[in-house]
Amino acid sequence: MSADVELNNISVTFGSFYAAKNVSVKINQGEFFSFLGPSGCGKTTLLRAISGFLDPSEGKVLIAGQDMAGIGPNKRPTSLIFQNLALFPLMSVSENIVFSLEVRGVGKQERQKRADELLDLIALSGQGDKKVHELSGGQRQRVAIARALAIEPKVLLLDEPLSALDLKLRQKMRTELRAIQKRVGITFIYITHDQGEALTMSDRVAVMNEGELEQVGLCDDVYDFPHTPFVATFVGENNPFYGKVVSVEGDKIRVESHNNTFVAKSGKTGDGKNHSFSTGQEVIMFIRPESIFIKNENTQLDNTFKARVNTVEFEGNIKNIYLKINSKMNVRFSVPNAVDTSNLSNNKDIELTFSSQKAVVLPKGSLAVD
Amino acid sequence: MLDLSFRPNLPPLLRGGPDDVHTLVHYKHFIFGSETSEDAYNYVDIGVFLNTIITAILVTVLNLCFCYPIAFYMAKVAKPNSARLLIVALIIPFWINELLRSFALRILFAGEGVINNILISIGFIDTGINFIAMDIALYTGLTYAYILLMIFPLYNAIESLDTNQLEAAKDLGSSTFRTHWRIVIPHAKAGIASGCTMVFMLTAGALATPVVLSSPNTYWFTQLIYQWFNMNDNWSRGSAYSILLLSVSVVFVLLMMRIFKVKIGEIIR
Ligand SMILES: Nc1ncnc2c1ncn2[C@@H]1O[C@H](COP(=O)(O)OP(=O)(O)OP(=O)(O)O)[C@@H](O)[C@H]1O
Ligand SMILES: [Mg+2]
Repeated sequence: MSADVELNNISVTFGSFYAAKNVSVKINQGEFFSFLGPSGCGKTTLLRAISGFLDPSEGKVLIAGQDMAGIGPNKRPTSLIFQNLALFPLMSVSENIVFSLEVRGVGKQERQKRADELLDLIALSGQGDKKVHELSGGQRQRVAIARALAIEPKVLLLDEPLSALDLKLRQKMRTELRAIQKRVGITFIYITHDQGEALTMSDRVAVMNEGELEQVGLCDDVYDFPHTPFVATFVGENNPFYGKVVSVEGDKIRVESHNNTFVAKSGKTGDGKNHSFSTGQEVIMFIRPESIFIKNENTQLDNTFKARVNTVEFEGNIKNIYLKINSKMNVRFSVPNAVDTSNLSNNKDIELTFSSQKAVVLPKGSLAVD
Repeated sequence: MLDLSFRPNLPPLLRGGPDDVHTLVHYKHFIFGSETSEDAYNYVDIGVFLNTIITAILVTVLNLCFCYPIAFYMAKVAKPNSARLLIVALIIPFWINELLRSFALRILFAGEGVINNILISIGFIDTGINFIAMDIALYTGLTYAYILLMIFPLYNAIESLDTNQLEAAKDLGSSTFRTHWRIVIPHAKAGIASGCTMVFMLTAGALATPVVLSSPNTYWFTQLIYQWFNMNDNWSRGSAYSILLLSVSVVFVLLMMRIFKVKIGEIIR
C-alpha cells in the first residue's frame, strides 16, 4: 500500500526564524521524491513536519488525503529513517527490525518470520542474531531500512541516510535503495544535499533554499531548465555570465556579456511560461561546462567566444579547463578524459563555442555559494 | 574492626592477654540475645536489623521511582536552561547540614507542623495526622536525603542516550511506557544500579535522619551500633554489628549487579 503526500502551504518557525516557508508540493503515490538543498535549508524540518515530530506553524500535511493535524508520529502511516539511523544498540538486528511489531503485540513466531523475510529483502539472511555494532556501515543502513519497512508504512521518509558512507558504498546503496523502492512500491521521500544522489534515484526533485521551494520537477527538467539562478548553480555545475539583454525574439534572448554577444533561450518560471525580459535588463546567462566545446571545423555552434587557458585540471573521467575572458571573467569547461588536451598549454588563447539551446537566461538573483 | 568484632569485650588492661581470643559471642548475641544461651532468638535486634534493611530497600525503590522521571525530564525533555535551573534548585537544599534538613522536615511533619496546619486549614482533615509515628516522616526524610545520589547517575546515563532513538521508537509506534522499558531503562541500567547501590548503602547506614525523624518506637540499626560503641562502651559488639550491616550492603551490590547484568566498573563509572 502506498499513499500520496500533500504539503499545503507549510511554514515552520523557530521564534521569528522561518525554517520552512510556504512550502506547497504534492508527492504522488509510489513516487521516489527528493528534497534537495544545502545544509541548513530546512530539509530535516520539513521531514519532521511530515512524520509528525513537529507541528507546522502554518499549513497542512495531508497523507492519502487525510489531514494529519493532531496525529502523532506513532499513529501516522509514515516511517522515518534518521540521519544517524538511530538503530537500537542493545538489541539484536532481528529485534531492531521487528521492534515495530513487538510494540504492536505481534507474537514471537510471527515476528521471527517477518524478520527473516526482511533480512532476505536486505540481503542479510542469517545475520539476525548479530548486534548492531557488529555490522558494517552499509549493512546498518540496510537494517535501518528494514526496520522502517517492517510495519509496511505507506510512506518512507529518509533523512540523508547515505551521508555517513564512503563514496563507493554510497553509489552502491543508491542503486539498492531505488531497487528496494521499486520492489515495495511505496512512496519514498528522500532528503539530501547531494545533487548526484537526488538526480540518480528520484522520479522528481524539489530544490530548496533557505526554507523555500525553488523548483519542483523531473530530474532532467530541473537540470536542463532551472527556474532560478540558485537552482542553476546548485544542481550541477554552471558558468554564470552576468550581462544585459540586447534584444528579445520570442524565447531567444540576445545577451551582452564581457564584450561578447550571446544568444540563449529564455528560462522558465514556476508555471512553465517564459520569463519576460526587456531590453537593457540585467540578467545572468548560464552555460554548463559540458556544453562548451573548443571550436574547430567540425564543431561550430551558434555562439562563439575567445578566452585564455588558465589551468587544466584532471578529475578522472573528465578534465576541467579553466579559462579567463578578457583576463577577468572565469569560465570553466570540461571534456571527457579521452579528448587530447596536450595543445591547451597555459595562457594559450583559444576559441570556444556553445549552442544557444544549452544556454539559459534568468533574471539576476543569488547563486548557490559553494 | 573485623578483627575486633571477633574478640571479647575486655577492659583495656586485659587486652592482648590470655582471655583475648577470637570468639563469635557478639554475632551470637545478635541472634540469640545472650552470649551463652541459645534458647531464645534476639527478636529485638534481628527485628531492627530486618526492619532497617527492608525499609532501606523500600526507600531505595521509592527514590528510584521518584528520581527517574526527574532525571529523564532534565536529560531529555527540558530545555538546557530550565534543566540547569532544576539542578540548582535540587542542589541548594543540600548546602544545609543533614541534621538541620532533618529538623526542617520534622517541623513540616510535626503534629502541629506546617503540613498538618495547611491540611486542617483547607478543611481536608479535622485533626493532625501523626506523620512521625506512622514513620512517613522517616521515609520521606530518608528518601529525600540521598535524592541527588540517585538523580545524578540516572541523569548522566539518560543524558548519553541518543534522542533520535526515542524518536525512532516513537515513530515505530512504541508507547511512552514501552519506549522507557525497552530503550531508556536498558540504556540507563548501569546508572540505575549505581544510584540504587549508593542510596541503599547510605540509607541503611544513615544515623542523623532516623534519630531525628523516626517514631519513638522505631529503631534504625545504626542507632544500635551507635549505642554499643558509645553508650555501652562495647566496641567489639559495635564492630560485629557494623560488619553485619556492611555484609548486607555488599550482598546488595552483588544483587544489583546480578539483576542489571552490569559489571562493577560500569557501576562506579
Ligand atoms: N529546534 C530548533 N530550534 C531553532 N532552530 C532550529 C531548530 N531546528 C532547526 N533549526 C534551524 O532551522 C534551520 C533548518 O534546519 P534543518 O535541520 O531543517 O536543516 P537541514 O536542511 O536538515 O540541514 P542539514 O543538511 O545540515 O541536516 C537551521 O537554520 C536550523 O538552525
Ligand atoms: Mg538535516
